[in-house]
Amino acid sequence: MDTAAVEVVDLVKRYGATTAVTGLTFTARRGAVTALLGPNGAGKTSTIEICEGFRRADGGSVRVLGRDPVADAAALKPRVGVMPQSGGVPTGARTAEWLHLMASFHTRPIAPGLLLERLGLTSASRTPFRRLSGGQQQRLSLACAVVGRPELVFLDEPTAGLDPQARMAAWDLVASLRAAGVAVILTTHHMDEAERLADHVVIVDHGSVVAEGSPSELTGDRREVRFSASAALDTGALRAALPEGGAVAAAEAVGGGREYVVTAGGTDALGPEFLATVAAWCASEGVLAEDLRLRRRTLEDVFLELTGRELRD
Amino acid sequence: MTEHTFSTPTTLPSAGVSAGDAALFRPAPGAAPMWRMVAAQAAMELRVMLRHGEQFLLTMVIPVLLLVGFTLTEVLDVGGGSRVDALTPGVLALAVMSTSFTGLAIGTGFERRYGVLKRLGATPLSRFGLLAAKTLAVLGVQAIQMTVLCAVALGLGWSPSAGIPAALAALTLILLATAAFASLALLMAGTLRAEATLAGANLVYVLMLGLGGVLFPTSSFPEPLERAVSVLPITALASGLRSVLVDGSVPGIGAFAVLAVWTAVGALLASRLFRWE
Repeated sequence: MDTAAVEVVDLVKRYGATTAVTGLTFTARRGAVTALLGPNGAGKTSTIEICEGFRRADGGSVRVLGRDPVADAAALKPRVGVMPQSGGVPTGARTAEWLHLMASFHTRPIAPGLLLERLGLTSASRTPFRRLSGGQQQRLSLACAVVGRPELVFLDEPTAGLDPQARMAAWDLVASLRAAGVAVILTTHHMDEAERLADHVVIVDHGSVVAEGSPSELTGDRREVRFSASAALDTGALRAALPEGGAVAAAEAVGGGREYVVTAGGTDALGPEFLATVAAWCASEGVLAEDLRLRRRTLEDVFLELTGRELRD
Repeated sequence: MTEHTFSTPTTLPSAGVSAGDAALFRPAPGAAPMWRMVAAQAAMELRVMLRHGEQFLLTMVIPVLLLVGFTLTEVLDVGGGSRVDALTPGVLALAVMSTSFTGLAIGTGFERRYGVLKRLGATPLSRFGLLAAKTLAVLGVQAIQMTVLCAVALGLGWSPSAGIPAALAALTLILLATAAFASLALLMAGTLRAEATLAGANLVYVLMLGLGGVLFPTSSFPEPLERAVSVLPITALASGLRSVLVDGSVPGIGAFAVLAVWTAVGALLASRLFRWE
């Protein structure tokens, strides 16, 4: 059986003279969460909207549940849930009545009341959409995407604007979908979200994939030691105290002072003794190493390494 | 510390997912029968239309006020005979236009702007189903309008003169006019910005109220103007209803032809030019 929920190969999308997607390839499995990460304008939403059948590709091929998203749109619609980035509900429609409407389009929907409760919307059941908070609107939109018990859901920035509690509820729902065998494809700007939820992370920039893999594959098992100090340190002297291959980098710390990042030559080289060496060197220099910690590389570190630090529109 | 827990795979929330939960979300997709989707969507559209304050003003309050106000006062010269008999057909025509043109254009324009049409495009409800639902909702609102306005008019002493053939002609005129107005409304809503649709639809409403023979027959206009406005859908509807309800006669083919042409042109352009987002 074909286990791929979505297969995108060499996708190209142009808008006039600009090419938004330039040969993008990725596969999303069933029963797994695939996260598309990328700066604004990287081509994430274009890619998702082509998979949803809203836009036509200018090149490459897209298969959704083994079918063509445009030609087989009618057959795919009941099987695919969609959460747009914003809106999608008439301003005068009330929370529960809109979710009931979405449920009525399907043969075996989830009871709307259950979903409202899970997403903390029960008390807002009778509130018109325009009077919901941004986070409540997002949660209703999420409920609408899953109420028809789809095989595949596309969530475009599902937790944008959610408070921490609502974000946990949304994460919990995504985890439930995954456990139930649903394929989830989401875009997000929150690295911790991707790291926590995704089985497979696809980092997109300038319209194509720059890296992909599981969060741990992407971050690797590289560790580093970080600490901050109020006085400027002689980084050359610290490096000299380290075992072969060690390196020291300094950066402006938040709120003044300097933050130091100390890395070892190999994965195995960064053990308890390495930490002790750093601490001992600080002690010998009379430096109080504040916030001293051993830290794994995060997805955010990887993301910024790949996509750079300059601002995007 | 938090950085450690975030990057540790064992903290995936799926660790806490219960078996019942997995059963709840287990895929079981399927599209409901078309009639059920259309009925549910039509009921939603009807509720949203009736709940909308400005639309209610346009579709119910203004026609009732015009009917009552001009019947009870002598401000407007409506020609000889009973004032309410002379006013009611035009006010009914205005009510039809307010729902199937002004209300539908503004509502659909903002739905397009807020991504509602696009979002509905991702559901099993087809575009045909959505249009069918909108049509049913418009007819539903119009049925309520006709009931209320006729009751008010009867209360004011209205005595329509209509036999069965004339009443059928009136019903046909109303349905044909609804089709013409609705296709023009969708043409506007599907091509202009929502704000432009809002302004344009209201402007058209006011112009048609003044020029379209709503409150008085266009026979009081100078000849060239009368000829010009006779091809407007509102004039065709108002004059057709007037000949049915005042004179009890089936209107000439002209009124039907005007409405049929507007419907054909509007529907053709709307189907070609309508943009869903």
